[in-house]
Amino acid sequence: MIKVINRGLYSTVQDFGRENYQDFGVPFSGVMDRKAAAFANAILGNKPNTAVLEMTMLGAKLLFTKPTLIAISGANMSPKLNNKAITINKAVAVNSGDILSFGKLQKGFRCYLAVLGGIKSDKVLGSQSMYSGITKTYVLENNDEIEFDDLNTNFKPAFASIRFNDAYLEKNNINVFKGPEFNLLTKEQQGQLLSQEFSISKDNNRMAYQLNEVLPNNLKPIITSLVLPGTVQLTPAGKLIILMRDCQTTGGYPRVLQLSEASINVLSQKFTHQKITFNLKY
Amino acid sequence: MSYNLTYKQFNERSILIEWPKTIDEDILNDVLQFKAKIKALEMFEITVIKHAYQSLLIQFKNNITDVESLITTLKSIYQSQTEIISFQNKIWKIPVCYDPFFGIDLANLANKKGLSIETVIEKHSQVTYKVYFIGFLPGFLYLGGLDNALETPRKATPRLQIEKGSVAIGGNQTGIYPSNSPGGWNIIGQTPINFFNVNKSEPCFARAGDGIKFIPVSKKEFLDIKTLVEHDVYIIESEVIND
Repeated sequence: MIKVINRGLYSTVQDFGRENYQDFGVPFSGVMDRKAAAFANAILGNKPNTAVLEMTMLGAKLLFTKPTLIAISGANMSPKLNNKAITINKAVAVNSGDILSFGKLQKGFRCYLAVLGGIKSDKVLGSQSMYSGITKTYVLENNDEIEFDDLNTNFKPAFASIRFNDAYLEKNNINVFKGPEFNLLTKEQQGQLLSQEFSISKDNNRMAYQLNEVLPNNLKPIITSLVLPGTVQLTPAGKLIILMRDCQTTGGYPRVLQLSEASINVLSQKFTHQKITFNLKY
Repeated sequence: MSYNLTYKQFNERSILIEWPKTIDEDILNDVLQFKAKIKALEMFEITVIKHAYQSLLIQFKNNITDVESLITTLKSIYQSQTEIISFQNKIWKIPVCYDPFFGIDLANLANKKGLSIETVIEKHSQVTYKVYFIGFLPGFLYLGGLDNALETPRKATPRLQIEKGSVAIGGNQTGIYPSNSPGGWNIIGQTPINFFNVNKSEPCFARAGDGIKFIPVSKKEFLDIKTLVEHDVYIIESEVIND
């Protein structure tokens, strides 16, 4: 078991989320950065979509009550085991009574803690991903207890030598497709959208990232239509809203761009004030 | 199937298909037919297929390699002469208590529309609404068919907390809040019925194409039904529509 001594800023259990309930209005949810979560799992020989702990900006302080192997990937938040620095993107043995904690955020925004065999929690509608109104709790709290399997002593890290290319953590080019309403923008607006530098507003979370700079426009709201994580909506006031993994299934704002799937991972490692540009790749 | 559809690539592995930009039952039926046809064919590996008023989004398991030929295939599926797939659609009878205890905006709305409270209730409960799709919140039904006389703008300042089961009017739409949530619609009543249950494999009983009819009930009846719902023994009255 892992006992949560301090929950950190915003920590949740996530796998790759729920795909089969969009028709019931249920968000996808799932890890924000699939690349990092899949890598942490791969180090331990877990399947890519195995449940992990997603931590945001400030990591949690966690007490392990039995031995296991862990791997941390994504943002570098200076992890420490019993106050001694440990390496990320590598399997680390943990003993009963060990305390995992995190320090300064060095790179990225979200980090993933994978445990050998995965975190065990209730599957709701096919997924362990926490979401308000779907799972019993939607964010980790102090004193929560997280279950995982007993250590399988036969385990040999199969991918011990694979390297994690973390260059994407500092990429600020966001690759996009034209959104369904892109062509309703004037040539000037299209040009501005694809050339200007935008900064991430303080309103950024698992549901959406808003941008600070506005794009004045006179587009009318659309008849409520379909969106996906990565859909960039433009409000009448000119606000750009990039939908993320916990977004609603439908929306009524014009959809001017759509992030490539890999760019959703890139954006989920960004936070307030950081700059991005949109790069029409497709 | 004879609408002029547009096909757009949405991302690496998704296609968006759009019908003319209107809210219309015939369009909904066409969307649902096309969706059912694609599902029945089982020729693609599809991970998500979802629709709204006049659009259909298909997310494939793998990235699209040849978008032109995929769109050509989809077009020929749309045009193909196949038997109309019939759905067993139902009309669900949803008890609603319009008592001012629940319908906190009812008097105000009636006043603004120059109608009596009784007339508002009558106009709201005599229609059979069409379920177009579920979106916004888990279990939130987008319903068509609100009487024009009841059209009321959303409140300028949304409420931070609207109680689960609240029945409300926002613009030309009416709907039921399936869970406690913030919202800007005008609340005219409350239903004790659960529109979303995570413990069921079909978490919402209603489906696109179904009908919803509101049945006015007293506060006493509301509380009785609520007790039955809480013990999972209430059976929602329904009748099958034969299209």
